[in-house]
Amino acid sequence: MKQEIFKITSNENIAPSVYKMVLAGDTSDITAPGQFVNIKLEGFYLRRPISICDYDGGSLTLIYKTVGGGTENLSLKKSGEMLDLLISLGNGFDTRGSGDNPLIIGGGVGIPPLYALCKKLISEGKKPAVILGFNTKSEIFFENEFKNLGCEVFVTTADGSHGIKGFVTAAMDKTDYTYIYSCGPLPMFKAVNANAKTSGQFSFEERMGCGFGACMGCSLMTRNGAKRVCKDGPVFEREEIEWEALK
Amino acid sequence: MGSTEVTLCGVRLDNPVIPASGTFGFGYEFAELYDINCLGSISFKGTTIEPRFGNPTPRIAECEAGMLNSVGLQNPGAEKVLTEELPRLKKVFKKPLMANVSGFSVKDYTAAVEILDREDAIGWFEINISCPNVHGGGLAFGTSCENAAAVTAAVKKVTKKPVLIKLSPNVTDITEIAKACEAAGADGLSLINTLLGMRIDLKTKKPVLANKAGGFSGPAIKPVAVRMVYQVYEAVKIPIVGMGGISTAEDVIEMMLAGASAVEVGAANLAEPFACKNIIEDLPRVMQKYGIDNLKDITGGAHNG
Ligand SMILES: Cc1cc2nc3c(=O)[nH]c(=O)nc-3n(C[C@H](O)[C@H](O)[C@H](O)COP(=O)(O)OP(=O)(O)OC[C@H]3O[C@@H](n4cnc5c(N)ncnc54)[C@H](O)[C@@H]3O)c2cc1C
Ligand SMILES: Cc1cc2nc3c(=O)[nH]c(=O)nc-3n(C[C@H](O)[C@H](O)[C@H](O)COP(=O)(O)O)c2cc1C
Ligand code: FES
Repeated sequence: MKQEIFKITSNENIAPSVYKMVLAGDTSDITAPGQFVNIKLEGFYLRRPISICDYDGGSLTLIYKTVGGGTENLSLKKSGEMLDLLISLGNGFDTRGSGDNPLIIGGGVGIPPLYALCKKLISEGKKPAVILGFNTKSEIFFENEFKNLGCEVFVTTADGSHGIKGFVTAAMDKTDYTYIYSCGPLPMFKAVNANAKTSGQFSFEERMGCGFGACMGCSLMTRNGAKRVCKDGPVFEREEIEWEALK
Repeated sequence: MGSTEVTLCGVRLDNPVIPASGTFGFGYEFAELYDINCLGSISFKGTTIEPRFGNPTPRIAECEAGMLNSVGLQNPGAEKVLTEELPRLKKVFKKPLMANVSGFSVKDYTAAVEILDREDAIGWFEINISCPNVHGGGLAFGTSCENAAAVTAAVKKVTKKPVLIKLSPNVTDITEIAKACEAAGADGLSLINTLLGMRIDLKTKKPVLANKAGGFSGPAIKPVAVRMVYQVYEAVKIPIVGMGGISTAEDVIEMMLAGASAVEVGAANLAEPFACKNIIEDLPRVMQKYGIDNLKDITGGAHNG
């Protein structure tokens, strides 16, 4: 974890209520895809946690949906403005046990952290397949970005307006996979878990006080005892999650 | 440059700034960011005799100028705190520690204190009496003079270290509880703990916290805390650790003028992990601005006579 000041280089609307922000600054502390940043915003007492969607030596990309005051405030920021971030929070995804054909499953604004993961898997010589789930065609983002990485991409929409009609699970048997990586809403996690044929990792969200392990605000009971989503997570293994207890 | 040194129950501190229990874990997350030996002391996470997961999530809610928490005293239990957490903390922090202890019966408190008492690095006990008394109809110990005094007297019997009693602000007259603790042998008082609050989500039309209500802290509660420290200072002779909304060096001085010998910084650590360090580094400047040479001389300075 580090506190760093980043400079906004762009902040654009890419789908209804969804924004992509690129920031310039020192990203050397980031150790794995799936880590997140905690953003200080003037006028809001607590920071806002957002996953790192992509990063390189001097920049990082965030994709966020405006759901309340904080993310609305973020969407109004202009390029050139500075942001105070706590970076490289959380454990991130572990790519070691993925096998050659990992399956990446993202729903809505759970998709962003899976992009850097996908790049990492490809750089390790693996062939990930990707399922992106949305409610409807107009909400779709990052379909081409994933395709441009060279992977097979299945898009599902709940109303059938684009790609496969249904939820992400409707595409899970379209490919033979060796492992699962998933981020998205809890109902999606449960459906993915119910259909999963392999082990996998799931990235969780919880309301956070600090985002770096100090307040015990974000705890999740797992088969290995209480874990902090912000510090021991946000990524947990399929086997350690208490599936029956998830609300 | 003026002196920031203070003493608390006979123990010397380089400066009066102590991270408040529950907002600093066992210190080592912050040690990743800065050398935490700049702190006066650390009040570590509220420890109970048994391990606890705490309350269901969500257990954090943001407020204007503050936050609610209903963490519910998650900790690994006194034995593990002694054998696992404190050795780790002692590697990165070399000064006397403040041991924050919670319980749900008098025996819970004494049992946890007896275990932690074996640790020499503990300089003070800070007994959190804002917890419900399971033998007293679930009412918090800190809301009755009798219960508060019973815990104080029992804890005093099992340790020779100074015992601070941490008072709840959720009472009609905090000075009555303060006097009861002093009479029962408390060496000092810590105040305030969080104020009971609630937030309701307009989208779900339900309370944000799974527990419905939670403890309110942060800058918004500072005037309440300053008032209570001021009142308690006039009611007792034992030293006070003041807290509630402290986020700046100016806040430290205000709390000390009200009557605090040292202060704790809580929620500010969560929003700004460098909060305590920044406050400590800013103290000399603010002391000079207000003509203060020795910080320890200003305790209670706002009182007449
Ligand atoms: C590890 C992690 C990674 C995340 N990554 C992304 C991402 O990449 N893109 C994205 O769009 N969103 C992401 N979120 C969700 C994002 O944090 C919330 O949407 C955001 O905090 C909402 O703030 P607000 O002020 O707009 O909403 P409000 O509802 O006004 O916020 C009020 C409070 O609740 C908290 N809160 C509200 N919703 C959530 C939530 N879903 N999760 C955690 N806290 C919440 C806020 O942080 C704030 O403290 C992530 C959350 C976590 C925990
Ligand atoms: C997340 C959180 C957890 C807390 N846990 C404890 C605790 O375990 N024991 C305790 O005595 N007080 C606990 N408190 C109360 C603080 O120590 C402090 O008394 C209170 O927050 C007021 O200070 P502040 O306004 O600076 O936060 C907690 C506060 C917060 C925000
Ligand atoms: S948010 Fe504070 S410990 Fe996770």
